[in-house]
Amino acid sequence: MDIGTIRGIGTAVVFIAFVGVVLWAYSSKRKSNFDEAANLPFADDPKPKARDEQSSRSNNQ
Amino acid sequence: MSTAISQTAYNYKVVRQFAVMTVIWGVIGMGLGVFIASQLVWPELNFGLEWTSFGRLRPLHTNAVIFAFGGCALMATSFYVVQRTSQVRLISDSLAAFVFWGWQAVIVLAVITLPLGYTSTKEYAELEWPIDILLGIVWVAYAVVFFGTIVKRKTKHIYVGNWFFGAFILVTALLHIVNSAAVPVSLFKSYSAYSGATDAMIQWWYGHNAVGFFLTTGFLGMMYYFVPKQAERPIYSYRLSIVHFWALITLYIWAGPHHLHYTALPDWAQSLGMAMSIILLAPSWGGMINGMMSLSGAWHKLRTDPILRFLVVSLAFYGMSTFEGPMMAIKTVNALSHYTDWTIGHVHAGALGWVAMISIGALYHMLPKVYGREQMHSIALINVHFWLATIGTVLYIASMWVNGITQGLMWRAVNEDGTLTYSFVEALEASHPGYVVRMIGGAFFATGMLFMAYNTFRTVRAAKPAEYDAAAQIPVGVAH
Repeated sequence: MDIGTIRGIGTAVVFIAFVGVVLWAYSSKRKSNFDEAANLPFADDPKPKARDEQSSRSNNQ
Repeated sequence: MSTAISQTAYNYKVVRQFAVMTVIWGVIGMGLGVFIASQLVWPELNFGLEWTSFGRLRPLHTNAVIFAFGGCALMATSFYVVQRTSQVRLISDSLAAFVFWGWQAVIVLAVITLPLGYTSTKEYAELEWPIDILLGIVWVAYAVVFFGTIVKRKTKHIYVGNWFFGAFILVTALLHIVNSAAVPVSLFKSYSAYSGATDAMIQWWYGHNAVGFFLTTGFLGMMYYFVPKQAERPIYSYRLSIVHFWALITLYIWAGPHHLHYTALPDWAQSLGMAMSIILLAPSWGGMINGMMSLSGAWHKLRTDPILRFLVVSLAFYGMSTFEGPMMAIKTVNALSHYTDWTIGHVHAGALGWVAMISIGALYHMLPKVYGREQMHSIALINVHFWLATIGTVLYIASMWVNGITQGLMWRAVNEDGTLTYSFVEALEASHPGYVVRMIGGAFFATGMLFMAYNTFRTVRAAKPAEYDAAAQIPVGVAH
């Protein structure tokens, strides 16, 4: 296989991986998981109060 | 401290140690920077001594601000963040103590050997091989403490800030080991294991990824914790942070060749480095926007909170320098900017504006927490520090832009008969006013650090051991 083909395949693989990461991250199945993770910095607040990423944002639009 | 207590409390001792040393090394490293900037204004300040000449003090300055100030800031915040977002104490107190004392030992050895002229001559990797080995061992211990703590976390998720800290720790180990490979000929002298263009490429693969993984990825880990925490709202988009992470670490590793445009490095490698550097703008700005947008609905806090100001302005400088960087990586732009003061201006837009300001903001948030205080001794002094730092950074980078473009244009100017229009000394003379302004800007920034040192001293002095032991308790029942 010549070097140009290998480089072409490399570009395609990285592109597919990128699209894969985007689809994985933006899949609606993972929304609640990510909301949980996003609140980890506040997990040890003295007054634990569930914060929802979406609501804390959209309320102020 | 008994084991019974240690399971219910965070290890804040190592965080306090690293945090205080961050401030101390910051004052020393930045003070040294002002001194060598003064040497460029008044060369007599070399004192005619080899130990105080610019060539020896400049690597001491870069090592002190990057690895002593920046390194201590990263270790303090990563140990703090990994414990708080994992709801668990560090995996080993003794290993954490070894990381602290080992890291300080490396820095002290740098302070001794660099002015004496012991150097491997690799930029940002000047330390000779015995110190390199010590650094490698300390770094592996750091990785064990960090990842060990993640393994025994009580939370379900690994917070995104820890992903960034983790990538910074792993890649820095890889870079350090590969680039420091050398053949020792005596205790104080070694030669690189690589030669020619390969050596240059490995050096700048290391050099640019020191920027990419040490000075960017690590501090982004800081950003992902302290910006949401100080703004009291979660990160704008956790999903974007995941895409940001993978895109950033995939691309950064390829950008090194832009340091070697128009050299003996093969053309295709130069073009690859240029292309990758330009694409890098996308994840860089993705992260910057993610941090900035976390303030949506909380912008009014900027009016009263100088800590949040530090964090937000650092993101603005990050956005600015990650736009400037890809632009300077374009070969035709680089033909003008390379080897001029523009490069130094660019570096300091990142180093002062981004790295130092996000660290300072994070420390002002964290110091009272780990010392069991409500807040820093003086909020007004934080505000004074903020303005000194901002004005100092602007003076620094603006003067270096003017100098860089002046130098680039004067060096490339040719007469009709093909001879150079200006001699080197004429370009140097034209740079003198810029050097004065740069020195003043640097002095502003370093003065701000003195205010921080005083503020920290007063905060620490007011703290009582009983208070900070209480502050280190892990809250019960809030873990997910």
